[in-house]
Amino acid sequence: MTDAEAVGGLGLRWLGADGPDADIVLSTRVRLARNLQGHRFASRTDMDERRRIRDRVARLVDSPSLPGGARFLTMEGLEAHSRRILLERRLVSHDLVGRVDGAEPTGTALLAWPDAPVSAMVNEEDHLRLQCLVSGLSAVDAWSLVDRLDVGLGSELPLAFHHDFGYLTSCPTNAGTGLRASALVHLPALVLTKEIGRVLAGLDRLGLTHRGVEGEGSRFTGNFFQLSNQTTLGKSEEDLIEHFGRTVDSVVEKEREARQVLLNAGPRMEDLIWRAYGLLRHARLLGYRDLSELLSGVRLGVSLGVLKAPAIGSLNRMMVFTQAAHLDEAAGSALSAEERRCHRAEYVRAALRDLGEASTSDAAL
Amino acid sequence: MSQADRSCDSANCENRASVHLTQVVDNQASTQYLCKACAEAKGVGPLLAPEKAVMELVSHVVDGDGRQEGGACDFCGQTTADFKESGRMGCPECYTSFETLSRRLLRRIHGSSEHVGKVYVPPDPDGFVSGRQVADLGRRLERAIEAEDFERAAVLRDQIRGLDAARSR
Repeated sequence: MTDAEAVGGLGLRWLGADGPDADIVLSTRVRLARNLQGHRFASRTDMDERRRIRDRVARLVDSPSLPGGARFLTMEGLEAHSRRILLERRLVSHDLVGRVDGAEPTGTALLAWPDAPVSAMVNEEDHLRLQCLVSGLSAVDAWSLVDRLDVGLGSELPLAFHHDFGYLTSCPTNAGTGLRASALVHLPALVLTKEIGRVLAGLDRLGLTHRGVEGEGSRFTGNFFQLSNQTTLGKSEEDLIEHFGRTVDSVVEKEREARQVLLNAGPRMEDLIWRAYGLLRHARLLGYRDLSELLSGVRLGVSLGVLKAPAIGSLNRMMVFTQAAHLDEAAGSALSAEERRCHRAEYVRAALRDLGEASTSDAAL
Repeated sequence: MSQADRSCDSANCENRASVHLTQVVDNQASTQYLCKACAEAKGVGPLLAPEKAVMELVSHVVDGDGRQEGGACDFCGQTTADFKESGRMGCPECYTSFETLSRRLLRRIHGSSEHVGKVYVPPDPDGFVSGRQVADLGRRLERAIEAEDFERAAVLRDQIRGLDAARSR
């Protein structure tokens, strides 16, 4: 199997925007941290032990306990470019890929299914990081799917579990359920109305933490925020999921209210939306950060019905397929930074052209 | 323009703001957007990254309770000093080797050290281990009933039933 075939359609199912509130909640992810009994955690393993752990997982690919059609991709078996594609699709972490690019020992892998939204990283900070990535605010669905994978893996491999502390993890912040639910949300109106600080501080009090889309400590780009639960122990998985879903839902409601306030307050927001659309429709060079900011405006416009096209799913696709490794893949070669900006702008112009005009009311002008 | 693009509010400073400082004076909340240097000059920070906050907590707990649990983990050889340095456990057995420390630390991080979620049943469960688990859960159930914590008791009863069912399979 070539790299392109192996990586293929992995991690793209959330793009369809078929989940609840998918215009505001791009995706929900539920991940479970798991470790094998009888092995040291990643920080103390050597290459030999990492390989043994990876081999134990690899042998399960055809197990009846797991869904059929699994792909087991070792990170050192993939070209650097393909690993970056997986990174851009949020299927692997920098940690999983970084060990391959650096001089450190490897032994990392990804277990994934082309026709299911679940996957598992092998030998990340924990031996197994199971995850489910779905469209919209669907924490319950994501939990139920990843739980099924957990039951399957746990019936074949002895997992580290303590009767009091629950599932044991390398970092004590993940112990207990090992469950981290996170939602990628788009909150432009709360940012514009300067309500965002208050809302995020409120989330903090409710046990949810927030960060920028590019990971810990990163700046917020394009009004996209990632919200996730802070603690993993002392509550059942169902309680954690229910509380998380309810809290994110309240943020979505606040965002919708703020959008109405802005829409009724004059033409400023409509202007912002149309400017973003115009720039995307005509720009010849686009950096990814610029694109994120402009897509934020267009997404807002589509969500409010100011723009009739493109569909939310198309905007999701633009976010993924205009990242560096995806552009290189489409071009068939490694592009320079300037070439990428050019290809990115071209991709977006073509996508918007194919989707037709954004507003029928302007057609006569 | 998003808040992330603002420049620092301090006079004559053009740096990009990365710190939002909200202060309440006479019931009036005001927010300032500052760059890292100006924030630190005003006595805010250096701000702790979440990772760093955990490390500090580990350090604090190790220096407190960890002293009682000297020595090294039987399985992986990790010591409390290693733990303080890395913020990571060495292996699953570390949680048992340093049980008091683990319990204290988990309580500080999560507000609890009692897992109430899924009870894992290993493949081909060892009868002895499962039996011990059930007995242990039974004791905790009794304690919960004594303390009239019926919600907790119901959870524990379910866990016992789950283990019993798994053992009889």
